[in-house]
Amino acid sequence: MLEITLGHYLTVAAILFTLGVFGIFLNRKNVIIILMSIELMLLAVNINLVAFSAHLGDLVGQVFAMFVLTVAAAESAIGLAILVVYFRNRGSIAVEDINRLRG
Amino acid sequence: MILSALAFYGFSTVAIAAGVMVISARNPVHSVLFLILAFFNAAGLFVLMGAEFLAFILVIVYVGAVAVLFMFVVMMLDINVVEMRQGFLQYLPIGGLIGTVLLLELIFVVTSWAVAPESGGLLAAKAPALTEAHNTEALGRLLYTKYIYLFQGAGMVLLLAMVGAIVLTLRGRPGVRRQRIGHQVRLRRDDVVEIKDVPTGTGI
Repeated sequence: MLEITLGHYLTVAAILFTLGVFGIFLNRKNVIIILMSIELMLLAVNINLVAFSAHLGDLVGQVFAMFVLTVAAAESAIGLAILVVYFRNRGSIAVEDINRLRG
Repeated sequence: MILSALAFYGFSTVAIAAGVMVISARNPVHSVLFLILAFFNAAGLFVLMGAEFLAFILVIVYVGAVAVLFMFVVMMLDINVVEMRQGFLQYLPIGGLIGTVLLLELIFVVTSWAVAPESGGLLAAKAPALTEAHNTEALGRLLYTKYIYLFQGAGMVLLLAMVGAIVLTLRGRPGVRRQRIGHQVRLRRDDVVEIKDVPTGTGI
């Protein structure tokens, strides 16, 4: 119990990942919360990568976690930009309205 | 040992609680704030694992940039919070089912694996001892030599995201008077000044 092993970190990451998936299903109307849930899932993935990297003594896991961070930052920037444009056009951010891709 | 165990349980409990609040908070602003709390605690977990550089990157990039971006967007858009909450309970059964199944699967995976003993020789980049190089230095040595092309590629991804976000959100509003410097420089004297010889008492 007091000995913190790899399994403890993996459990935390699994719970966080499940919370992210759960959040996507729960907040079907709010795109912002869905984007935040995706961030939560990526955070869980990062915890996983770093935990294995620390456990095995292999630095590549941390390098990969950094690339995941980069892509996550780019993704949220683009996602929020699309959201702002969508809100400007429609006046709402409900996901259920996003079913047509014509301007 | 007991101190690090306490720190682990503290960080992970607060991180999971903050994650729960992110997806269940009534107000999106509160969700963003809880997301920041979750990131801080995950950074604490990273420090416990010995990945200090990634912990700092997480705090600087996520809390300093991404979460603030979320905050800007949440506060800029005039969202009807009550309307957003409709259908929250409608998706609870299916979401709960899928979440439970996924969590059970993950727990099965986490509890039933072992590292093969001969896998020690397969390390792609062995972490140097702490006396030789600390985490940031070791990561930098690896990133700027072996993974330099991927590093540059990550930079290109960020550049692309920046250009894309600007192109998407930039708009030229009609009816706004702007300073056009090129136009001003290009003007000649004859374009704007006209000399009239006005005879006395007649006007132009």
